[in-house]
Amino acid sequence: MTSTNHPAAPVPFLAPGMIYLILFMALPVGLLAFYTFFKRGRFGGIVFEFTLDNWVKLLEPLYVSVILQSIVLAGIVTLLALLIGYPMAYAIAGLSPKWRTVALVAVVLPFWTNFLIRTYAWILLLNNAGWVNQWLQGLGITDAPISMLYTPQAIVVGLLYMYLPLMVLPLYASLQQLDPSLREAATNLGATPWRAFRTITLPLSIPGALTGCIFVFVPAMSNFVIPELIGGGKTIMVGNLVRDQFFEARDWPFGATLALLLTILLVIVIVVQTAVSRRLTEGPRRG
Amino acid sequence: MVDQAAPTTTAMRELEPAARPRAIRKPRGILVPLWLGYVFLYLPILIVVIMSFNASENLFVWKGFSLRWYPELFADEKIMQGLGNTLIVATGATAIATVLGTLLAYGIQHYTRGGLIRAFAIAPAILPDLLLGIGLLTLFSLATVTLGLHSVILAHGVFATAFVTAIVLARMANLDPSLEEASRDLGAGAVRTFMRVTLPQLAPGIVAGALLAFTLSIDEFVIAFFTTAPTQPTLPIVIYSMVRFGVTPEVNALATILLLVSVVTVIAAQRLTRLTGTTR
Repeated sequence: MTSTNHPAAPVPFLAPGMIYLILFMALPVGLLAFYTFFKRGRFGGIVFEFTLDNWVKLLEPLYVSVILQSIVLAGIVTLLALLIGYPMAYAIAGLSPKWRTVALVAVVLPFWTNFLIRTYAWILLLNNAGWVNQWLQGLGITDAPISMLYTPQAIVVGLLYMYLPLMVLPLYASLQQLDPSLREAATNLGATPWRAFRTITLPLSIPGALTGCIFVFVPAMSNFVIPELIGGGKTIMVGNLVRDQFFEARDWPFGATLALLLTILLVIVIVVQTAVSRRLTEGPRRG
Repeated sequence: MVDQAAPTTTAMRELEPAARPRAIRKPRGILVPLWLGYVFLYLPILIVVIMSFNASENLFVWKGFSLRWYPELFADEKIMQGLGNTLIVATGATAIATVLGTLLAYGIQHYTRGGLIRAFAIAPAILPDLLLGIGLLTLFSLATVTLGLHSVILAHGVFATAFVTAIVLARMANLDPSLEEASRDLGAGAVRTFMRVTLPQLAPGIVAGALLAFTLSIDEFVIAFFTTAPTQPTLPIVIYSMVRFGVTPEVNALATILLLVSVVTVIAAQRLTRLTGTTR
């Protein structure tokens, strides 16, 4: 847009992609936003009659509780991912350069195997006749199978499994960038390893941790497959509601409203994260 | 950063040997959580791979080694139809994304200031798939477009374009601009310079981007779920309905093959990306 010598030059490069993305990204999202203010059609679609009902409907206790439940579940998953992912990323950052690459690829590889197959693997593990119950009974820890599949806990495990690599990567990136001389200086000046970690490594890795939390929280919030397949459809999350509005209830405007609410929540989370990170990296900070 | 760690420790060794062991001492057991993490990440996959060689139809009982599920997999019409559809979609979406993404990356790098257009082009990569899926379903239904593989191709092209753009932009940041300037000075136009000078240099980045787009499209479930016709399921949709309505051990064999394909593709893409990073 700002080329001085070739005013027409950007057009062949930018126009095709921009037109495509406007048509198939901006327009659909805009359309959804538009739909939230109209009445539902009988078989999907809308009737062109303005209404605020869809937004008011979000305040019904049923929907409020599903939204809160999704936030809580995704929050627990994020917290667990942080607790498990941080020591992993820390250990990887301490490896020799050659092993770092191997260790990182090993973290990412499961992420590249089909999402549904990874979900299905947990059904094999958690089923009443499944492998975990067989092992527990084989080791004499339990006598009868424990029901694990189709519980909220199973959803948490499934989501955690799905998105853990997304926590490890940004954490590793921030830990790996830390200047080791800072920590060495601290230990030379008499700080215990724990204190050096707490006052130097931990505060400086917070931006990476926040990015990881976003990477996990955002997809965990909108996932509807894991609650359905591993949760057995008993614990409903926002994603399931949206899906049902489109395929079962045929209330597209309300489905659109739920999806937009979800997106607005995620945008808020991302904006807060960016602001916090910026503040942490700009201002001087004490641990 | 490796380059920084090395001189620091060497310098310290010379200056004050006594302080060194304390400075670089690592807490004991630091690798334990890492290994436990790997157990968590790989145990489920391992079970699926092992069970793909199980002689029994029972998913939870090991009855000895057999390869029977592999031929049965290839004889399963539903799975093969899904596989065919997925390959068509991935090829189409990758073609769209490779062309549009490369052009966009070039245009963004050379003709835009500020990050607005860049952010817009990369936005589909972080947009919730659910939102894009129902948005496109709404759009297609309003425009009375019949759903089918073509609509999935158009839909997958959106996020695939974002990933190609991002990867090619990263590659472009490492290029030497003087080559393009030389081409312009010698009288070549923008398009000619792009075709003859820029494109060959970008090739590894473009191939890496295309591979990533292809892999992402093969795996993508949510957007395909909303934008395809029930008669034209992609492979993930076939797996989804199998998991919902009863799994046969063929799924294990399928998982093992897909795992192998993903591993090969990821390693190939990684090689190319590394090439991207080193050839400055």
